Amino acid sequence: MSISSLTAAGLRSLTGGANTPPAVIWAPAVAVGAVLLLPLVYLVVRTFDSGGEVWDLLFRQRVAAILGRTILLVVTVTGASVMLALPLAWLTTRTDLPFRRAWVVLSALPLVIPSYVAGFIVIAALGPRGMLQQALDGPFGIDRLPDIHGFAGALLTLTFLSFPYVVLTVRAALLRIDPSLEESSRGLGHNNWTTFFSVTLPLLRPGIAAGGLLVALYALSDFGAVSLLRYETFTWAIFVQYESALDRTLGAGLSLSLVVLALAIVGLEVYSRGRARYYSSSSSASRPPSIVPLGRWRWPALAFCATVVAFSLAAPMSVLVYWAARGISAGEPLNLVWEAVRNSVYISALAAVAAVIAALPVAVLSVRYPGVLSGFLERLSYVGFALPGIAIALALVFFGANYAPAIYQTTGLLLLAYVVLFLSPALGAVRTSLLQINPRIEEAARGLGNSPLRAFSSVTLPVARPGIMAGAALVFLLVMKELPATLILSPTGFNTLATSIWSAASEAFFARAALPALLLIAASAVPLSFLMLRERR
Amino acid sequence: MDTRNRNRAIFWTILLSLLVPVLMAACGGSDDGPGSLTVYSGRSETLVGPLMQRFEEATDITVSVKYAGTPQLAATLLEEGGNTPADVFFAQDPGGLSAVSGLLVPLPASTLGMVPEWASSPTGVWVGVSGRARTVVYNTERLTPDDLPADMAGFTDPKWKGRIGWAPSNASFQTMVTAMRSMWGEAKTLQWLKDIQANNPSVYPKNTPIVAATAAGEIDVGFVNHYYLHRFLAEEGDSFTARNYHPNAGGPGAIVMVSGVGILSASDNKDNAQRFVDFLLSEPSQQYFVSETFEYPLSAGIPVAKGVTPLSEVNNPDLSSADLADLEGTQTLLREAGIIP
Repeated sequence: MSISSLTAAGLRSLTGGANTPPAVIWAPAVAVGAVLLLPLVYLVVRTFDSGGEVWDLLFRQRVAAILGRTILLVVTVTGASVMLALPLAWLTTRTDLPFRRAWVVLSALPLVIPSYVAGFIVIAALGPRGMLQQALDGPFGIDRLPDIHGFAGALLTLTFLSFPYVVLTVRAALLRIDPSLEESSRGLGHNNWTTFFSVTLPLLRPGIAAGGLLVALYALSDFGAVSLLRYETFTWAIFVQYESALDRTLGAGLSLSLVVLALAIVGLEVYSRGRARYYSSSSSASRPPSIVPLGRWRWPALAFCATVVAFSLAAPMSVLVYWAARGISAGEPLNLVWEAVRNSVYISALAAVAAVIAALPVAVLSVRYPGVLSGFLERLSYVGFALPGIAIALALVFFGANYAPAIYQTTGLLLLAYVVLFLSPALGAVRTSLLQINPRIEEAARGLGNSPLRAFSSVTLPVARPGIMAGAALVFLLVMKELPATLILSPTGFNTLATSIWSAASEAFFARAALPALLLIAASAVPLSFLMLRERR
Repeated sequence: MDTRNRNRAIFWTILLSLLVPVLMAACGGSDDGPGSLTVYSGRSETLVGPLMQRFEEATDITVSVKYAGTPQLAATLLEEGGNTPADVFFAQDPGGLSAVSGLLVPLPASTLGMVPEWASSPTGVWVGVSGRARTVVYNTERLTPDDLPADMAGFTDPKWKGRIGWAPSNASFQTMVTAMRSMWGEAKTLQWLKDIQANNPSVYPKNTPIVAATAAGEIDVGFVNHYYLHRFLAEEGDSFTARNYHPNAGGPGAIVMVSGVGILSASDNKDNAQRFVDFLLSEPSQQYFVSETFEYPLSAGIPVAKGVTPLSEVNNPDLSSADLADLEGTQTLLREAGIIP
């Protein structure tokens, strides 16, 4: 038996057995998988090169308590984010709500607020003696507000930072639903509400699950907000090891435990996705869905959108503007960091392209050739998203400095780190949109004599564009604010907005941190608006 | 069909123009010439960026700096080992330098001799460049210095229940605990940690939010380093409702620690690195630390900044840098007390 036929047989058994994916799909997917494995290999090496004492430290009672707190936060943040995001996504795609695109851009922007900045803002504004208390002190004589630190503050901060994940993935799914499914429901006499709950919502399940998964893993991996709001989670425990103890062994051991937790959450998502089919079997060309007139519901709908944007974006921006103004009036120099703006936009755009290119073969494999290999790659991608950035960064330092010095501390390795960290948001969005394309259309294109690659690029790719764009937008926003990997892996002297903000905020220069933070939001809004304007009506 | 081709052309043009700089960066390699220096700085650009510029202007040496947290850079150096591109490690605290002391070269006696003995490495591989005092920051609307105990042991009194803020994962805090172990012994230090824990302190990730919370009256006192207060004063003015208190009976709560610098043995630019170290100890740089970062000078007889307590008035206990070196033992103790995970 030749090697190639052996490979083919092996691939068949790894990909469900029915049909073998072409090499143009499995080869790049496997290469992406190899890169994703690097952090895990590193963590295993670090955990086990010191013998057994790690396990004694890991399985102490305190760790169990931290685990319980972490799960509570992850579950509540995810639930709250879905509740906020579902109405927003539906209102901005399916109704005649005024300024729909503006609401989309505004509701996506909280994603770029770095979580440690959000933590500082929440404490300054809502702390027991914060700005809100100061405002209430005069008229009502309120001397102290209930403490925002702890669970409540962490839940509030992380929900407002991460609900846009669900807005973006659910919108992409809503835009791709074949309207004929909903139309037939209405044709059968169901009203808009029944249609939404019996047809639209079940079809949205992959979109909700993909966004919810990102929220859950983000809550799992966040350090900035939970540490400032004093809610001790698993990632907090990991950072304490790297922060104070320089204990890379215990940090790696805890990180591996976090991987197990993340895989359990991913397993839940895969389970909830089920084996259902999400594309229409009809051959009708895709058309824009019908628009639901809001009528007298227009004002409550507007009020809802405005409230969400007020809390998640306008309020934090006001605090930033206040800090900036106070600093400027105290004689603080106005440092507009244009170089940092340029670096941030440049590296984020590049990372968005890289992540989408890496996501495509894995997504195709997972949708068209589901099996052991695709399942493994998908789960692996979520591991990168769930791990604290510092663990990924140190893994790439280890491999880069010792085995690939040519690309160490170049933009190339930094991009690799971003792909490892943020492949899953791209993958989730691309995958969701591919799920909604009937494979028979591709088969027809191939039947007409096109190569698989050509069929894919001329049939599948254009239809999947909203999902691909949403994935790219997500990665762009995430890289704009990424800090730990950027600090450690970027070429020396490469400053971004996120590093400028960190540099000032960590030294208590809030006025100096406020300006780059506002620039970060502004610089993210421009490409995001552009993307939304190009979206089909 | 035309628009589609044009779109495709635009797409590829954008993609290629994005990629070209990456490829150039990847092929160009680093600028490791005789006129260059690579610094890993655990002190932020906000604080020491201007010093780097001054060094470049004074020497014509091109400095490239990687700014990140001291512990993260120490971990990075440990992973890089002999393959590090760094020439110099400029660290916020001695803990970070001690963690990588195996990767550093001994400094010449002339350099070490510029600072007091307690301000350099026990093995001579790093030297302190600026001093920072441990202090207790207190809310001036609630307390006066007379209300505060003469040393850290006094905060175990139950009357401080719910009024204290601390950052037990912070390297400076841990150095203070190391000082406690040296001066008080393990048993008394463990008891102190447990007693403070019983007073239900608010736990913060670092010093800055402690000072902010103290001024806001969320807590009454916080265990911090001295200079954070002065940054708030500079931004918010004298009406800021917090001040520093140096325990007047001295003890571990009044130690003075250093930020320091060491040269990597893997460096192929050791001459430039040495010039950088000496530059940091020169009088203009020491003056910079005094007036810009509100720290204590270590090598020149310069008065401290306005509002900062002079070193002569801080009852600094007589401890050597070796007494403050055992960070690992301190972390074991903090774990035993259930304070860090």
